[in-house]
Amino acid sequence: MSLDQPPLDTSPFVSDEVRKTTCYMCACRCGINVHMKGGKVAYIEGNKDHPVNKGVLCAKGSAGIMQHNAPSRLRAPLKRVGPRGSGKFEEISWEEALSLAVDWLKPIRDTAPEKLAFFTGRDQSQSFTSFWAQGFGTPNYAAHGGFCSVNMAAAGIYTMGGAFWEFGQPDWDHTKLFMLFGVAEDHDSNPIKMGIGKIKARGARMIGVNPIRTGYNAVADDWVGITPGTDGLFILALVHCLMKAGKVDLDYLARFTNASVLVNDDPKSEQYGLFLRDAAGQPQVIDRRTGMLAAWNGMGVEPDLSGTHHAKGITHRPVFHRMADRYLDPAYAPEAVADRCGISALRIRAIAADLARVAFDEAIELDRTWTDFRGVTHTRMVGRPVSFHAMRGISAHSNGFQTCRALHMLQIILGAVETPGGMRFKPPYPKPATAHPKPHCKVTPGQALDGPHLGYVQGPEDLCLDDDGRPIRIDKAYSWENPMSAHGLMHMVISNAHAGDPYKIDTLFMYMANMAWNSSMNVGGVAKMLTDQNADGSYVIPHIIYSDAYSSEMVAYADLILPDTTYLERHDCISLLDRPICEADAVADAIRWPVVEPDRDVRGFQSVLCELGARLDLPGFVNADGSQKYQDYADYITNHIRRPGIGPLAGFRKGADGVQGGRGDVNPDQLQTYIDNGGFWIEHVPESAAYYKPFSMDYQNWAVKMGFYDVVQPYIFQLYVEPLRKFQAAAQGIGTRQPPDHLRGQIAVTMDALPIWYPPFEDGHVDPVEYPIHALTQRPMAMYHSWGSQNAWLRQIHGHNPLYVPTKIWEANGFQEGDWARVSSAHGAITVPVAHQASLNENTVWTWNAIGKRKGAWALDSDAPEATKGFLLNHLIHELLPPKGDGLRWANSDPITGQAAWFDLRVKIEKSGIPNEAQPVLPAITSPVPKAPRVLAWKVGK
Amino acid sequence: MTQLPGPTAKKLGLVIDLDTCVGCHACVISCKAWNTENYGVPLSDQEPYGADPSGTFLNRVHSYEVQPAQGTAQLVHFPKSCLHCEDAPCVTVCPTGASYKRVEDGIVLVNESDCIGCGLCAWACPYGARELDAKEGVMKKCTLCVDRIYNENLPEEDREPACVRTCPSGARHFGDLGDADSDVSKLVAERGGFDLMPEQGTKPVNKYLPPRPKDAEPQIDILAPFLEPIAQDGKGFVGWLDKALSALPGGAK
Repeated sequence: MSLDQPPLDTSPFVSDEVRKTTCYMCACRCGINVHMKGGKVAYIEGNKDHPVNKGVLCAKGSAGIMQHNAPSRLRAPLKRVGPRGSGKFEEISWEEALSLAVDWLKPIRDTAPEKLAFFTGRDQSQSFTSFWAQGFGTPNYAAHGGFCSVNMAAAGIYTMGGAFWEFGQPDWDHTKLFMLFGVAEDHDSNPIKMGIGKIKARGARMIGVNPIRTGYNAVADDWVGITPGTDGLFILALVHCLMKAGKVDLDYLARFTNASVLVNDDPKSEQYGLFLRDAAGQPQVIDRRTGMLAAWNGMGVEPDLSGTHHAKGITHRPVFHRMADRYLDPAYAPEAVADRCGISALRIRAIAADLARVAFDEAIELDRTWTDFRGVTHTRMVGRPVSFHAMRGISAHSNGFQTCRALHMLQIILGAVETPGGMRFKPPYPKPATAHPKPHCKVTPGQALDGPHLGYVQGPEDLCLDDDGRPIRIDKAYSWENPMSAHGLMHMVISNAHAGDPYKIDTLFMYMANMAWNSSMNVGGVAKMLTDQNADGSYVIPHIIYSDAYSSEMVAYADLILPDTTYLERHDCISLLDRPICEADAVADAIRWPVVEPDRDVRGFQSVLCELGARLDLPGFVNADGSQKYQDYADYITNHIRRPGIGPLAGFRKGADGVQGGRGDVNPDQLQTYIDNGGFWIEHVPESAAYYKPFSMDYQNWAVKMGFYDVVQPYIFQLYVEPLRKFQAAAQGIGTRQPPDHLRGQIAVTMDALPIWYPPFEDGHVDPVEYPIHALTQRPMAMYHSWGSQNAWLRQIHGHNPLYVPTKIWEANGFQEGDWARVSSAHGAITVPVAHQASLNENTVWTWNAIGKRKGAWALDSDAPEATKGFLLNHLIHELLPPKGDGLRWANSDPITGQAAWFDLRVKIEKSGIPNEAQPVLPAITSPVPKAPRVLAWKVGK
Repeated sequence: MTQLPGPTAKKLGLVIDLDTCVGCHACVISCKAWNTENYGVPLSDQEPYGADPSGTFLNRVHSYEVQPAQGTAQLVHFPKSCLHCEDAPCVTVCPTGASYKRVEDGIVLVNESDCIGCGLCAWACPYGARELDAKEGVMKKCTLCVDRIYNENLPEEDREPACVRTCPSGARHFGDLGDADSDVSKLVAERGGFDLMPEQGTKPVNKYLPPRPKDAEPQIDILAPFLEPIAQDGKGFVGWLDKALSALPGGAK
């Protein structure tokens, strides 16, 4: 053959047009360029201008075309015709579907709005769905945070006015040591990968703390294979070492935290543990200039960390004294915690020393002048270049709230929050707990609820309890069982509704949450609750309405299905009122818009709510003449006004001198302007306000100008969270609103105003000798919850999920490649394939989350590996802990926030025979969508 | 047999950083998506929703666990695609001339209209980097996005392989490894970039950067001074605190 090369066109046609919108292949919300050919989606890539992903895109996002065209897409509204759970439906018209929904919902609203429980899953429209629920008047609304990461969010808000991910990020440009605790991959997906790449390119170091060494932990310079549930103890040992060595940022602690605030130190006083306050209610400090009491925020005040105050026979000591008393205790010495954490004392000391060295010996300074809220001008910004990130790994435990608090305390004593090289908040955060609403729950038939459902309680007086002390909400959020349940408890709704505890409901209305499968503990039990019948043959939960775009397991358990669109067929707003996409240096929001129109009889769920709201005559959804106020979600996004000048989108609003960001009037061309601008809006934080945001007057003034809040509200970090002490005091008999006796002990121990560690609750209910092994799940980088398996490309990466077993357990059981094991917990048993992994905590087994699928769901063949070899750990986990002989059933949740304690699970493992399929096998459900094709060769161009 | 062009001056290729690759598969899917819609026949999938799904991929990520004799086990993510070898056995083995290496930049391609799907090239490739598309019966392989890197219909900044453009952690680099002054060549020099299986004598153009050393033993002798105790208990701590505070700027009065 000759060397003749064939002719090759190196500039082929790429696409007719690029349409820029927002990804929805996970929760990360990257900007995407959708290349169109002949009106069809041809290729999806990252948007280089977008603040979240700056052009990159993960496997999920790149596989969007397979999700958008998945055979599992629902095609029309469905009405159940077989028994619940069978999957037998008939397709009906939207008119019939909406009429049916109104027939169920209207009488409830007129007589007992609480009989509607409306819970949304992984949606990104909570400020809209909550507005709808508020108009309906039910107190029973929340999204999925309760079974996800509310511990992280709530601990962060209460402690420092923001947490990680949507609230804040490491200062990737300056940090020199980055410490990553267990994290769900989509919290935050691409920005974490980009950040790791960035710091590695600079030669900065990374420590991964995770029982499992995969993904990010695989590239960490140091891997700490901690025992699950002991992160808080490990962190408090680091705090112990740092405080004992005086390696704390005293200037920062004195000025910008409540370490200097005086606390009543007389155990006999009713005010014990509460702040000393002046007549105006402001917490008091000692001013080092005068030695006298002063308000924390007084002009020029220099708060003292050391001095005490005696008056009327009562001693008040600064919070920092209490911290010294607690954390210098040898109980937190590395030697005392090493065995429980599975980390040697030497290693703990070395990490503490490393943090100290980098924070103080490698401090950085930026020559930027800024002025704090006390009127003090600083000529430099001093940075402690150590940064942290954590999400679900540390929060999905029954000690998660206090563990997250402990991590924030560690960051704060190092002076590494809102300083160069540390952690930085993303506007509209920081925002302290006191600037958030409190929960509202006053129900009036035929009327709206008295305010927003979810918020931040400041003490027992804010709980959602009736006059007899019973929970008002179906999920028992904001009750004594979990007083600070800031995101509600979606995972308790079905079991409480089934039990009629605290009361029975009529209609369960859910959106985008696979509660009949991977989003529930106790999967078999939940399926039974959803199908359970009364003696007269009626269902215990009378009506279930569900909206989803795809044929998920939950579809089979609803009576009425409202089919949603795919993410490329819909309007959405990624709103500052909700879960924003901002960066530390910029405020930003974004939209989705229909880059293609649906080819099925489906509608965006939010548009359906606009119409349902009008048909139900909900306030905010009808005009004065009774006509429908918002024709669809796009209309709402453009025209809804939440507060004067504030709407769902902050970009391109109408001002006196043209279009402006932040505050402004409705702009009818707003959505088109977003589209023209690449699908997002961004405005940068002034340079002088880039750091010290909670304390910086330049930031505070800018935040008010942009409309994040209406008055400047500087604050200091709450190392000591006084509301926790108020609940603890109530448990000790102080005050008029008292918890039931059986909860007093739990509240008194767990609701400590300074971070503590206690063992995961399951350890006290399950015999650790019989069940010696911790069992976890992780979310694969190429999959998002249950969604990935319907994606032809992604399921070739993760089509089944063995249980990964560490060397010690592998050898002890004589496992061989190809073996299966029976894994049991106090609640149930599964039989599953096993695989060996050496880079794993020696007492931990794990598997990928939500790969296992039920036969008949997701348009997969019934012999798909997801349904034959795939499995869920959920079968082993119950929403209640096993009985321990006190006559009570305790929730498998964090006692402070109610967060589902997925990762407390303890199991035992034994070699089994090889069954035909992973056990247990649930019967197949009838698929509501046609069979999928046998071959794919997806090319839309010529 | 098909001839190679002899050493090319320009050697376009990839440099893949194994220290930074988190194994996310973004490159795998981005490649699949671009090359399904572009260059030649689409990359098909058999039984895509069935019991044994299998499709054509030009780039795959493998993960290997490494257990050192001493210390902690590690996991290395290893993306693999055609390495565009200088002495490419897949080219010389091709009976029809379909498989060829471009003179102008060294990219190894398959001219699909001449490919008879005999599979000899896949057998010859020691890296397993070629996949025969089951639907069309033609050999598919990494093109280094030859239809992107020179494509005047794309903005200049996008004229790079899809896998490089999409890589979230920046672990993939594209450039001319024939130019010692290129960014990729410098990176290879700085980081000790290596050839995959050099004993095969294929002279791969693509290079891999090794993972940096990990899990160093704690050096407590060096670190101990950072944790020198200032006090043994709360009382002593407050004494230290008073002294320390008075040393702060604007401290002692």
